[in-house]
Amino acid sequence: MKEKQPEKIPFWLDPRKRAIIYQIAVFCVVGLILYYLVSNTIVNLKKQSIATGFGFLHKESSFEIGESLIPYSAASTYGRALLVGALNTLKVSFIGIVVTLVLGTIVGIARLSTNWLVSKLAGIFIEVMQDIPVLLQLFFWYAIFYESLPSPRQALSPISGLILSNRGIAFAVPAANPAHKYMILFFLVACALSYFLRRWARRRQEKTGKYFPTFRVSIALIIGFPLVIWLIFGAPTKMDVPKLVGFNFKGGLTFSPEFVALLLGLALYTSAFVAEVVRAGIQSVSRGQREAAMAIGLRPSLVLNLVILPQALRVIIPPLTSQMLNLTKNSSLAIAIGFPDFVSVANTCINQTGESIEGVALIMALYLIFSLSTSAFMNWYNKKAALVER
Amino acid sequence: MTIAETVETQTQDIKPPVTHVGILGWMRGNLFNGALNSILTIVTMYLLWKVVPPLIRWAFIDSVWHTTGKACRHAAGACWSVVWDNVRFILFGFYPFDSQWRPLAAMLLLFGLLFYSQNRKHWKKHLIYVWILGLFVMGLLMKGGLFGLSSVESTKWSGLPLTLLLSIFGLTAAYPLGVILALGRRSKLPTMRWLSIVYIEMIRGVPLISLLFMSAIIFPLFLPEGITINKILRAQIAIILFTAAYIAEVVRGGLQAMSRGQYEAAESMGLNYFQTMRLIILPQALKIVIPPTVSILISAFKDTSLVVIIALWDLLKTTQSVLANPEWMGFSPEAYIFVALLYFAGCFSMSGYSRKLERELSAGEQQ
Repeated sequence: MKEKQPEKIPFWLDPRKRAIIYQIAVFCVVGLILYYLVSNTIVNLKKQSIATGFGFLHKESSFEIGESLIPYSAASTYGRALLVGALNTLKVSFIGIVVTLVLGTIVGIARLSTNWLVSKLAGIFIEVMQDIPVLLQLFFWYAIFYESLPSPRQALSPISGLILSNRGIAFAVPAANPAHKYMILFFLVACALSYFLRRWARRRQEKTGKYFPTFRVSIALIIGFPLVIWLIFGAPTKMDVPKLVGFNFKGGLTFSPEFVALLLGLALYTSAFVAEVVRAGIQSVSRGQREAAMAIGLRPSLVLNLVILPQALRVIIPPLTSQMLNLTKNSSLAIAIGFPDFVSVANTCINQTGESIEGVALIMALYLIFSLSTSAFMNWYNKKAALVER
Repeated sequence: MTIAETVETQTQDIKPPVTHVGILGWMRGNLFNGALNSILTIVTMYLLWKVVPPLIRWAFIDSVWHTTGKACRHAAGACWSVVWDNVRFILFGFYPFDSQWRPLAAMLLLFGLLFYSQNRKHWKKHLIYVWILGLFVMGLLMKGGLFGLSSVESTKWSGLPLTLLLSIFGLTAAYPLGVILALGRRSKLPTMRWLSIVYIEMIRGVPLISLLFMSAIIFPLFLPEGITINKILRAQIAIILFTAAYIAEVVRGGLQAMSRGQYEAAESMGLNYFQTMRLIILPQALKIVIPPTVSILISAFKDTSLVVIIALWDLLKTTQSVLANPEWMGFSPEAYIFVALLYFAGCFSMSGYSRKLERELSAGEQQ
């Protein structure tokens, strides 16, 4: 009798069987919806005789792109045009992230300042920037650049070497010199050395308790190495100053108004969120931690380095990476002000070839790669930084 | 004079030093506490003095308010005429000029409803009916065709009503979908879990603009021949699908915060999955996540501005079309500042409300 008891339960009351039925049902419904959409799409594509597939990537693009990090012309392929767009997205995101981190940290610390004026100003900045859509901010900065700044002939030059006009910002940069290549090389070497030095110093301190001034030595290395190279090459000081040739500036480094407006809008908007993240992170470390660290006689720099930052960063880093990702995603708004980022170039490709599905799929794929790699990094970091409780 | 009197007069006479009370004391404590802070204060004051007076001069003293575009070009300050002369187009777009009281009334009704629902005492069942009725009346006001109101095509809905429509319906429709997705992600059934995870991560990984592109260009291909869906509705679907993924993550946070005991207690009472969720878990979890949900609402409200890229006539697009008029060309900063003020007013009141709610809810918890 006992063995037969389970058989009495009808299958719709057995949770395990019911679970399987539910899953099959959901799977079928989702599958049917997908099948319906895909079959409609195939029929529609045939009817409108739109080409499909990624073959268009090898065809000639026959459109120009305003700014590019790699050689590109209208004779290049669509694939190369998209690559230009992707590189432009990376460029604006990378510079944007660096500017945002610096600005956001400063504002976040200012928000916690004991100085009433500074703290209130930071608060106003955060509130205003967070509450205005980023797209509107982009339009605003672009309008300021395009309408309010003079033409190149009457360009403003607040300090020598910096020129503001409605064609963008032009900087003076050091003239090309073979020394630069070696300076960059040795800068990277110094960075790598500092990293190993830091690891070594940590390990030594854990073993022997001896403290090594890692920070100061690293700074000395990172500045010193390129400086020495610069001196060896005879300290070249020649500058490449932008000059007005025809209607545009030649020489120096020029950023287009689209790029500057995009960068400014993204950086200001995101830095408000970063500031809140930084503030919350610093506040999350309890007062007692700082007091205890001071009580055992650590110097202020060590209190920050060994006690406050490691705990604050654990709170700060996860939301910070998601803000960085937001900035990258928001850089897709470049299309609204005409900066040729990936979305904008892909949109042009869609308009020319009519292959909208492939175009949108490429856009989504690129951003998915960004976000998946970011979340992979986050998982790695969370594992590394997880609180080891004793 | 007795001793007691002496003591009394003395205690009355001794006052804290003048540098520790009043304005001076406050300034000492908050602006000039330490050398670094004093320098910081002076530098900030100098910068403010450099920036603020010219800005006030530009915005108020030298500005013009009721002129034509031509007269504006001779003004030294801001040209607010670009806003005042076109305010009805900026706010209502192509809605028939004579009937623009209708979207205005609909918006006032919406603000009234929002104001009414912000009080937690009104969070009862009747509120739902009030909202359903309210939304119906708003729809009637916008669409017309009944009670002697002339019918207005939804393609003519533009400006601020469109922005509000996209955000309100975006959120109300996205909310249940987000809750379902969150439950799916926490489900023990692998199919549900994986479908939810793939959906949520995919949507959160791509920018809204790609979904809007999809709604504008690809969505028509999904439908069988002969069926077309209005452009506004397609954008609305994209916004709903996008917002739902973010709501799902917020709700998941609330579900994870529930203690195991709640699930176990519900199970031991013999409640099934749906009863457990509906009666025990969701009421508590959704209450915890009200503040982050409001911030999703804020970003959904801001994100509706993106529809300008697929050429829907929202608030930003009507403003831009005013600025494309040769008469008003070149006054973008003024017009954008006006639009920014509208968005700021909306977002600021919502975030202020969210903070207030957070305080109230956490106070309730402690009692």
